[in-house]
Amino acid sequence: MSGIPHDHYEPSTGGEKWLHKRLPIVGLMYDTLMIPTPKNLNWMWIWGIVLTFCLALQIITGIVLVMHYTPHVDLAFGSIEHIMRNVNGGAMLRYLHMNGASLFFIAVYAHIFRGLYYGSYKAPREITWIIGMLIYLLMMGTAFMGYVLPWGQMSFWGATVITGLFGAIPFIGESIQTWLLGGPAVDNATLNRFFSLHYLLPFVIAGLVIVHIWAFHTTGNNNPTGVEVRRTSKADAEKDTLPFWPYFVIKDLFALAVILVVFFAVVGFMPNYLGHPDNYIEANPLVTPAHIVPEWYFLPFYAILRAFDSEVWVVIAANFLTGGIVDAKFFGVLAMFGAIIVMALVPWLDTSSVRSGRYRPMFKWWFWLFVVNFFVLMWVGAMPAEGIYPYIALLGSTYWFAYFLVILPLLGVLEKPLPQPDTIEDDFKAHYGKSSTNDGAAAATPAE
Amino acid sequence: MLKKLALAATLALAPVSGAFAAGASGHVENFDFSFEGPFGTFDQAQLQRGLQVYTQVCSSCHGMQYVPLRTLHAEDGPGMPEDQVRAYAEQFFEVYDDELEDFRPARPTDNFPANTAAGAPDLSLMAKARAGFHGPYGLGINQFFKGMGGPEYIASLLHGYTGEEKEEAGTILYENTAFPGGWISMAPPLYGDDVEYSDGTEATIEQQAQDVAAFLMWAAEPKLMARKQAGFVGVLFLTVLSVLLYLTNKRLWAPVKARAKD
Repeated sequence: MSGIPHDHYEPSTGGEKWLHKRLPIVGLMYDTLMIPTPKNLNWMWIWGIVLTFCLALQIITGIVLVMHYTPHVDLAFGSIEHIMRNVNGGAMLRYLHMNGASLFFIAVYAHIFRGLYYGSYKAPREITWIIGMLIYLLMMGTAFMGYVLPWGQMSFWGATVITGLFGAIPFIGESIQTWLLGGPAVDNATLNRFFSLHYLLPFVIAGLVIVHIWAFHTTGNNNPTGVEVRRTSKADAEKDTLPFWPYFVIKDLFALAVILVVFFAVVGFMPNYLGHPDNYIEANPLVTPAHIVPEWYFLPFYAILRAFDSEVWVVIAANFLTGGIVDAKFFGVLAMFGAIIVMALVPWLDTSSVRSGRYRPMFKWWFWLFVVNFFVLMWVGAMPAEGIYPYIALLGSTYWFAYFLVILPLLGVLEKPLPQPDTIEDDFKAHYGKSSTNDGAAAATPAE
Repeated sequence: MLKKLALAATLALAPVSGAFAAGASGHVENFDFSFEGPFGTFDQAQLQRGLQVYTQVCSSCHGMQYVPLRTLHAEDGPGMPEDQVRAYAEQFFEVYDDELEDFRPARPTDNFPANTAAGAPDLSLMAKARAGFHGPYGLGINQFFKGMGGPEYIASLLHGYTGEEKEEAGTILYENTAFPGGWISMAPPLYGDDVEYSDGTEATIEQQAQDVAAFLMWAAEPKLMARKQAGFVGVLFLTVLSVLLYLTNKRLWAPVKARAKD
C-alpha cells in the first residue's frame, strides 16, 4: 500500500539542498510531522502522545534516580530512602517515576482498547498491532523488574512468585528459573540483573516505538469510521485529512495537559495510593507478607494465572492427556501468556470485513463486556484465592479466551453490519455539518 | 468513550487498594491530623512533642535508622534550632564509629541509631508501612483527604490495649484492638504522663499517642509539605496550560469545522 499523497519537503536555500542531498533528516522530520491524518479522529486517539510522554518521563526520571540508587541487597532499600530524604527533589522524582508507571499502563490499556474497538489491528495494520503487543510485553517486564529494585517486602516476594512461574515449566523449568535468578533464590544476583535489564529495556521500547510509528505512518492512521483515506489524488486525500502539525499536535497536547493535572494531583497529594504499604518494609526472606499482590496493572493476568487450579476440568483433562506433564501451575502459566498471545493474534481471529466497532451492532456488546470483564479480572486478582473469587476468575478468564477464539471469529459470519459512510469527509460533515447540539452524546465523538 | 473508560478505571482501581486492608482487621480510629488533605501541614509543636515521646519511650526498644538527626532542624519538620539539634543528638544517642572503633555521642550528621535488640521493628517508615484505612469503597477519597491512615494505625495501636494478657510459647501477648489478630507482643508503652511536655500540654495516653504518630509520619515522609506544594503548583500551572491549549485548539479547528457546514 502506498502512502497517502501529500506534499513533501522541498529544500529551498543552498544550505538546505546541500544537507538534503547528504542526509535528508529535515525531510524526514517534515514528512513525519506533516503526515496527513484523518480529520475525524476522536479523543481516544490521544493516548499515543500520552504514551510517548510517559516513556520520556520514565527514562528521564529513571536516569536521574540511577545516579543515586545502589543495586545491592544490603543497600538498595537505604539508597531509596537516601533519594527520598537527602537528594534535592529526590522525593518528587521518585514519586513521579512510581506513579509514572501507573499512568503509562492506564494509557496503554486505553490505547489497546481503542485499537480493539475501532479494529485498528486489521489489515493493513497487523504489523503495527504486533509491534504494539511486543512493546506492551516489554513494558510489563520493565515495570515488574523496576518494582523489585526498591527491595521492599513486596518487591522481594513479587519477584519470588513471578520467577517461580518459570519453575513450573516441565523438565527444564527449574534450570530456567535458576538461570533467571542467577542462583537458587531471589538474591543479590537477581537484583543486579533486574537493575541492568530495567535500564536496558526502555531503550528497546523506544526503538520499537519508532518502528510502531513508522508502520502506521506507512499505512496511515485508522479512524473512528474505519474507512480508509482516499488515495486517488492529493486533492481527495486533503478532503479526508489534515496535517498532524498543528491540528493534532495541539489537540493531543491539550489532552495531555488535562491528564497531567490529574497525574500531578495524585503525585502531590496521594503518591502512595496505588502502591502497597508492605513495600515500605525492607525485604526479608524469612517473613512472608499476608497477601502477595502485584501492582494493579498486572492484576487481570494474575487473576487468569490463579484461575486454573487443579479442580478445573480443563486442567484435569490436560493433566491426564499429557500424562501429568501439564499440572495446574503450568496450566496457569500457559493461560496467562496465552491470554496475551490470543490478543496479539486478533488481526487473524477477527473475521469481520468491517473495521470499526461503530458499524458492528453485535460486536459492540461483546466488546463492552470484554472491557467490563477486564476490570472484573483486575478486581478479583486483588482478592484472596478463596470463597467465590476463584469462580469469578475462572468465568472471567473463560470469557477472555472465548472473546478472541470464539466470539470474534463467529461474529464476522453472523453479524449484519450497519452501513458505513463512503468517506471520512462525509463522517466529519455528518457530525459538524448539522447544529452541534448532540455533541459528545455518541460513544465516538469526532475531533473537537 | 473516554469518560466511560475513566469512570470504569476509577471503579476498577477502587477495590484493588481496598483489598489490601482486608487482612488487617484491627479497629483503626480516624483522627484529624493537621497534615491530612491536599493542604494539610505538620504542626511543629506536635512534632516536637512527638519527638519527646519517641526519645523517652519508643527509642528504648525501636530504632529509626533512615532518619538523619540533622533533619530535626528542617523548617517544614520539627524546626529545632541547630544548636538544640546538636545538644539533643549528643545527650540522647550513641552511635558506633568505625574509625574510633568505639561508641561516641551522636552528631547531627548521623542518623538516628538502629535498634533491633528487642526484635522491635525500625520506625523510620512505619507510618507508610501500615495502611490504617481505605474507602469509602476504596475510591481513594479517604486517602486524598485523610492520608494513608498509617499514623491513625499507630495512634490506635498505642491506646488500643485492653489490659488482657496471655502467655503463648513463652512470650507474653497483650490484647490490642488495633493490632491485626488482636494479640501483640509489645507491652503497653504508654500509661499517661510518661513524658512531661514543656509547652504545658497534658500528657494523656491519647495525646502522646497522637503526637508520636504525627512525629512518625514526619519521619516517614519528611518532604510531605514540599511535595504537596509542588503538587499544588503543578496542578495550578497545568490547569492554566490546559485552558490555554483548549482555546488554541478551539480556534485552530474552528475554520475546519465551519467548512464542514458548507
